[in-house]
Amino acid sequence: MSDEELQEQTQEEEGQAQATAPKKEPEAPAPPKPIDHVKIKAILDSNLGARMRTWLSICARCGLCADSCFFYLAHDKDPQYSPAYKIKQTLVELYKRKGQVDRAWLENAKEIVWGKCSVCRRCSMFCPFGIDMAIMFGVVRAVCNSQGIIPTGLARTKQNIIETGNQMAMANEDWVETCEWMAEEWGEDYRDLVVPVDVKGAKYMYTVNPREPMYYPQDVGMMAAILHVAEESWCVPTVGWDCTNLAMFAGDKAAAAIPVRNMYNSAVELGVEQILTTECGHAYRSAAFEGPYFLDLPSGKPPVPVKHAVQLFWEYLKSGRIKIDPAKKLKEPVTLQDPCNVSRSGGLWEMLRELTLMLVEDFRDMSPNREYNHCCGGGGGFIPMGPEYKRRRMESGRVKAEQIKATGAKYIISPCHNCFDQLNDLNKEYKLGVKVVSFKELIIESMIVPDKFKPVEEDEDETAEGAGEE
Amino acid sequence: MYALYEFLTGPGAWIAFAVFIGGLVVRAAFLYGLSRERDKLIYQHFNPSWGLRSIFHWLIPLGSVSLRQQPLFGLVFFVFHVCLLATPLFLLAHNTLWDQAFEVSLPSLPEALADYGTLVVMACVVFLFARRLVRPEVRAISGPWDYILLLLVLAPFLTGYLAYHQWGDYALMMVLHVLTGELMLVVIPFSKLGHLILFFFTRGFIGQEMGARREIDGRLGARTW
Ligand code: HEM
Ligand code: SF4
Ligand code: SF4
Repeated sequence: MSDEELQEQTQEEEGQAQATAPKKEPEAPAPPKPIDHVKIKAILDSNLGARMRTWLSICARCGLCADSCFFYLAHDKDPQYSPAYKIKQTLVELYKRKGQVDRAWLENAKEIVWGKCSVCRRCSMFCPFGIDMAIMFGVVRAVCNSQGIIPTGLARTKQNIIETGNQMAMANEDWVETCEWMAEEWGEDYRDLVVPVDVKGAKYMYTVNPREPMYYPQDVGMMAAILHVAEESWCVPTVGWDCTNLAMFAGDKAAAAIPVRNMYNSAVELGVEQILTTECGHAYRSAAFEGPYFLDLPSGKPPVPVKHAVQLFWEYLKSGRIKIDPAKKLKEPVTLQDPCNVSRSGGLWEMLRELTLMLVEDFRDMSPNREYNHCCGGGGGFIPMGPEYKRRRMESGRVKAEQIKATGAKYIISPCHNCFDQLNDLNKEYKLGVKVVSFKELIIESMIVPDKFKPVEEDEDETAEGAGEE
Repeated sequence: MYALYEFLTGPGAWIAFAVFIGGLVVRAAFLYGLSRERDKLIYQHFNPSWGLRSIFHWLIPLGSVSLRQQPLFGLVFFVFHVCLLATPLFLLAHNTLWDQAFEVSLPSLPEALADYGTLVVMACVVFLFARRLVRPEVRAISGPWDYILLLLVLAPFLTGYLAYHQWGDYALMMVLHVLTGELMLVVIPFSKLGHLILFFFTRGFIGQEMGARREIDGRLGARTW
């Protein structure tokens, strides 16, 4: 399948070149490429394993999945938004018609599988047969993607990945430069702080979401400070530093393999013990669980274990390797967002809670929570899908907004970048009056920095403040 | 009529049971073989413990978060399945037949109890049918087959009940009873009712996929129940 996808990529480029070059009448828009039914059929066939066959035939039409889906709940229980209905309209239809569908059909399917589902997998927990509908929607996404019918935001992101290996098309040099800059800046507050690059045999290879070097470089600095204070053996790689994988949500296996391959290769070349991913949900899912399948690794497991930042933080705080100043714990009410790919699909929900309790005084859980959390509405590619889908994102996010409101929290911790953006948008839209924070920020604000890491030349006052500054 | 009855309870029964059991076995064997080839994921992360726990919790009444959210349906669903399986299996009259045909028989229920079991199944079918029509999210996904199958499940119980109480034409009821019963058996392997055995595979899979694979340092994975 991956070769085909690559071929398709080149064909598409050729197709565009031909469409622009010999056209005489400048007004006429390039006619859309005819639908390639052979390719659709190939994707459908390649996914028709035992699981898919069973899922397709076993659904009892019991409707239990409906109430589990936040799209359904946010649209006042409109049956059109129930998971089984969305599957019936898309994948079931595709198999029934053996892929013989036209462009209009695919356009409509696109609005369903991207616009009405964030592949959060909550429904699979509520179905008596455990039908993994998110995986099934993934197949429809792959079919749409194979015909170039995908949300423009994701198409752009996917192109970035294909061309540069990371979703924001940032040059590797710029990444390394950002790390150096952060080392310099944070080195003023933390004595001897460095951001080690490409260190062979380091314990952790730290990988980030490109948003961080691009828009939130302080995130890199904060992480460096935490790892520095913990006296960790770590490094960042020059190549393969992007752990995110939006091609995964674009339904493009070949493109999804690119960032994972880069990351795994670097980890193996550097001989690190583990890959450490930043506070990002889908990145962890891609690196720890899906990546091996994009690369068809025979073991089904990543070449080195993958650890999410919150797990490392949890280990540090639990073991006392990093100590929290009780006086600096957050006093105001705090709630916690369970990112789908960190909790339900990541298995980290108890650590999130234990970590939270070590950092705040008044923790108020949302309901439902843990592996049964609702998606914030920003997952599954929704955030990069851009303004076109923003309205829908705000509508479906109502469920999360109401959950947050019910806690009365003033802060919400989000160990995921996509949730982070969505929660900020929801905060404005629904006037929640909360501040969205990451675990990194909370730890930086409250950790006890041993004297040996305090800057030498400064006087005491400035050190105390400096530690909390960004 | 008698000849028809003779056929249905003789060769007809053999055919029905052969298709029912053979169909399920072939289907399961085919899917197993296919999964070996195409669904490596299952075996790469194979974990019976999480799979069995997930199966177990969905078999006990209201054992899952999902069913607890709809407790009425959850209970009807449980009672329906228990009576659906137990009544025909442990019915005295059936046991006598099996004894004659295969020389094996199961313990039998007292007749009155079996009678209640039949009523319960019928009541449950009516409930499920009504639910299908009344709840918009269920109606939206239901096709003709979902209603037909429910009626097909109802038919042998209804006719059996009528025959037992000698209401209506006994001979006709008996023929209809055996006919619809055999029809139901034959349909099971080829319809969504195949969940009779496929349930154990899909449930086991999601149990390990969400549970074992997400277990970190021996901590909880996601419980799919
Ligand atoms: C072992 C676990 C099983 C589970 C979790 C399960 C689950 C379900 C579910 C969710 C329904 C849908 C109810 C509805 O109509 O709304 C159903 C219906 C049904 N099940 Fe099962 N089932 C199981 C075993 C069986 C077995 C062993 C049989 C034996 C034949 C069976 C026969 C049926 C029948 C006849 C229906 C009604 C069909 C319909 O609704 O149209 N089930 N089951
Ligand atoms: S995966 Fe999530 S968003 Fe998609 S249908 Fe299921 S519950 Fe709804
Ligand atoms: S819960 Fe599962 S079996 Fe029931 S309608 Fe939804 S997908 Fe089908």
